[in-house]
Amino acid sequence: MSDDIAADAPAAAHDDDHGHVAVDVTTLDAELIEGPSVATADVAEYALWLGDDSLILAQQLGAWISRAPELEEDVALGNVALDLIGHARSLLHYAGTASGRTEDDLAYWRTEPDFRSLHIVEQPNGDFAHTIARQFVVAHYLFELYSRLRASADATLAAIAAKAVKEVDYHRDHSTQWVLRLAQGTDESRRRMITALSDLWPYVEEIFRDDPLIDRLGGVAVRPSSLLPAFDAAIAPVLAEAELEVPRGFVASGGGRTGKHSEHLAFLLAEMQVLTRAHPGASW
Amino acid sequence: MTTADRASMLHEAIARPRPADAASLAAWTLAAQVVDPEIPVLTIEDLGVLRSVTVTNDAVAVTLTPTYSGCPAMDAMRDDVLEVLASAGYENVSVRLVLSPAWTTDWMSEIGKNKLREYGIAAPTGHATVRGSGPAGPIRLTLAVKCPRCSSLNTRELAHFGSTSCKSLFECRDCLEPFDYFKVL
Repeated sequence: MSDDIAADAPAAAHDDDHGHVAVDVTTLDAELIEGPSVATADVAEYALWLGDDSLILAQQLGAWISRAPELEEDVALGNVALDLIGHARSLLHYAGTASGRTEDDLAYWRTEPDFRSLHIVEQPNGDFAHTIARQFVVAHYLFELYSRLRASADATLAAIAAKAVKEVDYHRDHSTQWVLRLAQGTDESRRRMITALSDLWPYVEEIFRDDPLIDRLGGVAVRPSSLLPAFDAAIAPVLAEAELEVPRGFVASGGGRTGKHSEHLAFLLAEMQVLTRAHPGASW
Repeated sequence: MTTADRASMLHEAIARPRPADAASLAAWTLAAQVVDPEIPVLTIEDLGVLRSVTVTNDAVAVTLTPTYSGCPAMDAMRDDVLEVLASAGYENVSVRLVLSPAWTTDWMSEIGKNKLREYGIAAPTGHATVRGSGPAGPIRLTLAVKCPRCSSLNTRELAHFGSTSCKSLFECRDCLEPFDYFKVL
């Protein structure tokens, strides 16, 4: 990730060991979208919400690489994480245009009260069933969200959503297959799937809660509560086929959108940010 | 010209929007040689990743679109475009990444698909974008995937996600070889 530099800056070049011309300064993250595009404060806050969700979830999924139940899952969860990192980069880049910060500034130099992510994405990986339950909920939510955000009055958000929705569709399918497999597998896998769903469900409500910001972003943002019927309709047949019930019970306090987080996020950020903070400005 | 020919030309104009003026077209032709570092038989033109090349005075502005949002190969393609144009004598080269319109495997050229098969990767089948206007999102239509070794259609998906973002892992039930499939997006 490079700093934003004027798009027409000439590339400084030198010969490297292989005789190639290496480009030291490029510009290329400067504008991901056609045309100059600077977010207003409210749009930036909204982009931060969505970008932080993807960033934190991607960081979580990365921890599975080399530890998943099978090699294909190492690869799958790594690929899903990579897509989410891509979405987070676009969204955080856009959010940063409002305050002159880069995507790296936002990812590495904020502390937990400044993160706007939902509590569900900071829930620990747990066992594989917990991770799959989290993926199942978040991927279905993101699919409904991005499907509608494609029609946003904000061209940048619409472009990011149009790209992301196609990728999230694969994530949704992936988690669905695993929910079915775990629920219909052995007694042990079924027990774990049921436990995972009931552990996770208290954090579902927060996803669909409307914040005052949404009222100020009519036509730009997607109202979270409006996604709930479609979300319910999408997961119901999967849960029915898996013979799982939607857990009932308590609802967690939430507050991620205003920077109130559980202790999990601090540990996650410490790991994610340690290298950048120990070696500011380092690159490789 | 038949309707089908016209539709095909229109599709090509979207997938490979070659510039009309000679100066820009010359630079396009150079940039179009850059290959995907992960699949070096495919050029960025075959992929439909090269979106525009514009030469004005002594400056060249190139836009690329990523295949997948997080695809790390984009950085390499971008650097290679800069390098190929710089070595051809263009001094003031800029490359931008654009997200819209979103890339689709529908933009892959027929030549590219053939090269992909010869390389041992099954090309995307069917079409990505039966676009609904409603919230249902794009609908993927995937037809049977043909084994690039023995051409059997008796294949199955082992894993949705493969060695790179754009591929999934298949196996052939006839020749029993595993192979990569460039999945429809």
